Order: sequence, then structure tokens, then C-alpha cells
Amino acid sequence: MSELTYFLIRIAYLAILWIFVLAAISVIRSDMFGARVPEAQRTARAPGAPKPPKQKASKRKGSPTHVAVTQGSNTGATAGLDRAPILIGRGTDAAIRLDDDYVSTRHARIAASGDQWFVEDLGSTNGTYIGNVRITQPTTITLGTQVRIGKTILELQK
Amino acid sequence: MGFVHRRRRGAELFLLVLALAVGVGGYAAVGLGVEGEVPPDIIGYGGWLAALMVGAHVVVRLVAPYADPVLLPVVAALNGLGLAVIHRLDLADGASFARQQLTWMTVGVILFVGTLLILRDHRILARFTYTAGLLAIVLLLLPLVPGLGLIINGARIWISVGPFSFQPGEVAKVLLVIAFAGYLVQHRDALALAGRRVLFVDLPRGRDLGPIVAMWLISLGILVFQKDLGSSLLFFGLFLLMLYVATERPGWIIVGALMFLGGATMAYRLFGHVRVRVDTWLHPFEYYNGPAGENSYQLVEGLFGFAYGGLIGRGFGDGDPTRVPYAESDFIMAAIGEELGLTGVIAVLLLYGVLVERALRTALISRDGFGKLMATGLAAIFALQIFVVVGGVTRLIPLTGLTTSFLSYGGSSLVASWVIVALLLRISDQARRPVPELEPVDEDAAAAESTQVIKVAR
Repeated sequence: MSELTYFLIRIAYLAILWIFVLAAISVIRSDMFGARVPEAQRTARAPGAPKPPKQKASKRKGSPTHVAVTQGSNTGATAGLDRAPILIGRGTDAAIRLDDDYVSTRHARIAASGDQWFVEDLGSTNGTYIGNVRITQPTTITLGTQVRIGKTILELQK
Repeated sequence: MGFVHRRRRGAELFLLVLALAVGVGGYAAVGLGVEGEVPPDIIGYGGWLAALMVGAHVVVRLVAPYADPVLLPVVAALNGLGLAVIHRLDLADGASFARQQLTWMTVGVILFVGTLLILRDHRILARFTYTAGLLAIVLLLLPLVPGLGLIINGARIWISVGPFSFQPGEVAKVLLVIAFAGYLVQHRDALALAGRRVLFVDLPRGRDLGPIVAMWLISLGILVFQKDLGSSLLFFGLFLLMLYVATERPGWIIVGALMFLGGATMAYRLFGHVRVRVDTWLHPFEYYNGPAGENSYQLVEGLFGFAYGGLIGRGFGDGDPTRVPYAESDFIMAAIGEELGLTGVIAVLLLYGVLVERALRTALISRDGFGKLMATGLAAIFALQIFVVVGGVTRLIPLTGLTTSFLSYGGSSLVASWVIVALLLRISDQARRPVPELEPVDEDAAAAESTQVIKVAR
């Protein structure tokens, strides 16, 4: 092969390399601004608009059915997940009432989004913990994840 | 309306196709340049690479749909380019490193897939903080066990298990990131708040120095007993960076830098192998013909390679990269510089830059402290390794032995790097997943019950 062919191969490969680099950077650029949430979805969530019909998540095998207190003064108390969102606290309207001095009146709640379960802190004084970490945002929990509220530990059970 | 990340799996697939072009194109260019024809097994080779990429992509699509779209293609491209360069060196040497590297890459991708499948939530790892730390220290000590440890090129960092030799330090660095992240998330307040202010800098309290001193001693131990400059630097730098990120206090950087300077000066005075590295770095051309183990032959040949490559390189097959000893592992950047030139080297460095940027970006948007610190630590591993290796090869800093992640030949490093990428994808999947839309709390009911008499604890 001629010298020119080798030269062209050389340039072509460097071009491929740089096309990849630039493509990666352009994906990063378009990723910076996130996605526009579709208009239909936005209006559905607007206040006053009718709530989208809740799809009953098909009961898959192994999906949790209730929340149970596994440690603390109310050990054994449970609440079924079919009445979600489940409010946890010392208040009278809580689905799981805890006699724990470190628990706020409306402390936390467990709610579903899709087929996932979330625990959300409702601005409690002493916080809601998963493991050693105090949660600041709705956090996914799965079967057996230990959620600590005051001196009480709750978890999702089958 | 808030900021919602898209899944971007289509973009990932598109970039993966380009990454495959980098890998297979490199293989073809090597065949054309060295042997004058497209290699006959290019279909099988390309098919194998494509199968690995598509397999990894499908698994990401299934179990981490919101994960960062750029990480996997960048890693695939670097790995493909590395394979091509190693194959080119093989053709000149008659070795078969590329075949072994492809096997290790397969193992790496399998572990990548396994990590993503098994680990559905990175926060589970926070439970294993101390287990991971202990395991990392045991792994670091393994090469010192008589009969198990191997000494290769003067460094005692390998162990032999049956027919394989393995660097436990590569696994240890991943475990150390997990241990540091778990530890710092728990203790950051004590480390960040206590202390006194001297000359505008908050210095930490004496009693909080425990962990940093322990890490310093471990790093010095690696330097003294295993004669491994690179890992020593990597572990201490990693801890220091994570400590700084967790506490936001420049005081730690100052304390750490002083300790590093002290340790480095001491090592320079006491140990011959450190002194040789510094001397050959300062005056490489005077040691070119020195006795074995004390010359700068490798370093200088690498510099010659960069110079010969120039701006656009000699092209695959036209350079002479085999003049550099260990061109396929530590000095792969010199081989790339010679045959792809400055243009190629900058492209590779940019790819590493993108990799680190994506990892740090993941740390920024991650919602939990543990995930933030872990992503930062994993980014720091790549950043430190690339800085130390490329800096060493280009004579910016003294040469220390570390692998160039994904590019250079080395099974343990490649496998560990794939696992690191899997962990990063897992954290970024959690971070980019939209916050669940839960129904708003009934504010009136909350207000009505917010004030009441509280039973006092007895």
C-alpha cells in the first residue's frame, strides 16, 4: 500500500477517536438541563385537577403487605399497606401510633410510588433514620429495611 | 417544575456503537499498519467486543435505567483502545498479552453485570463500613505472607493463587473507599466542627488526628515493606481527598500535605528505591546507561517515543514503541504518544476527564451523604491514578508504578476498574431517578396537632 493510504488510515483513526470524545461531550451537554416534563403529566398533577386513577399494583409474589414495629415500646403493632400512605407518629390520626417520647406527632409516612415504597420524614424533631443515615428526602425502602424513628424500629414485611 | 433527569439509554447505545468503532477500528488499523492487511479474525474479535458491550448495555437498561449514559461508553472506548495498542505491541514482541487482556475484560464485564444485579441499592454498603476496612487491611497485608506473596520487579504486591497471580491492593482500594465513606458520614461533624483557628485556617483538634495518622502509617508501611510508591500515594491521597470533601475544611489538606512532605522526605533519605526514582526524575539523561534498577532507560525511551510521535503520531506500525520496557503496562501512554501523537494522547486524557467529571457529577446530585462520598472517592481513585501514571511517564512528577485504568495490561486492575464503574452506575441510577411524587401532606391537620403537651420521660 502507498504511503498516502497509511497516512489516511492514521488520520481516519484519530478522527474516530475525536468523534467519540466530542459525541460524549455533546451527550453531557444535552444532559445538563434534564428533561421537560410532558405537559399532560404536569396538568394531571396540578392542584384541583382530578387525581390520575390509581393503578392497583398487581400483587407480585414477595411484595410487602404491611408495616410492622419490630423494636421499641409498641413492638408488634402493624398497619396494612393497602391503606397507604401510612402516617407514623404520636398523634391520634397516625396509622401506627407510637408511645415513644422521641417521636413527633406527625413524624413520618410510608407511601407508594409505582411499585416502590418510600419513607418520608414529615419535618420531625429527631429525624428518621435508615441505618445510620438521617433521611432528608423520600427514600426507597424494601422488604426488611430497618427504619428507625426515635427508639422504635419499623420495617416492611410480607 | 423541578429538574428531572431523562433515562438517556438511547444516547448510551449510540455512544457504545462509537466506542465499538474506536475498539474495532483500532484493531483494524493495527493490522493494516503492521501487517498490511485487515486481520482475518476481525469479525470474531469485533463480535466478541460487541457482545460484551451489548450485554452490559442490556443489563444497565434493565436494572439501572436512570444511570449516567456516558460512563459505560467512555470506559468501553478506553478498554478497546487499550486492547488495540497492546495487540500492536504483541505483534512486535510475539507476546500474547492482548488475548489475556481480552479474557480479563470479559471477567471484568461479568463482574460489572454481577455487581449491578446483586447490589440494587448502594446504601446497603454503608452497613459494611468496618468489615470493608478490615478486609482491605487484610488484603493489603496478604502479599507479605511468606509463601503466598510474590515479588515482581522489586514490589511485593502480588499474591499467587494456583496458576494466577493477583494484586490484592486493587480490590483493597475499592473496599477502602466504602470504609472511608461509611466512617466519614458518621464522624464528619466531629471532624468538621471541633478545632481552633490559626492564621485564617481552622486546624483540627489533636485527638481527631487518629484516623489520618493511622492512614499515614498504613501508607508508609506499604512504601517500606512492599516497596510500592504508587499505591502508597494513592491510598493516602484518597483518604485526604475524602476527608476534605466530607468536612469542607482546608485545614485537613494542610495537615495532610505536611504529613506527606514529611513522609516523602524521610523516605527519600532512608530508602534507596525512592532516591533512585527522584534522581532519575530530576536528571533522566545522566542515568540513561546506569546499572539495572538504577537507570532511567525506560523513562528516557518513553520521552523519545513522545517526541518521535509529534503532533499526529507515526501511525500504528510505523513507530518503535517496543523499545520502552513494559510499554504494555506502565508505559502504555508512551506507546499511544508515539503512534497516535499528541492528538491521541489529548483525546485519551479528555476521556479520563469525562470519566472523572461524570463521577463527581454523580456525587453532586446524589441524595445521601454516603453515596456522595463514595462517588467522590471512586472518582478520586481514577483521577489520582491517571495523574500519577501520566505525570510519571511525562516527567511531571517522579515515576511511580500504578496502572493506567482500562488502558494498560493488568488483570487485577482491569477487573477492579469495571467493578468501580458498576458502583458508580448504581449510585448515579439512584441519584438521577426522579424523586417520587407523593401526595402533599395535609397541612391543616399538621398545624392543628403541632402544639400539644408532651409526656416527659421518666
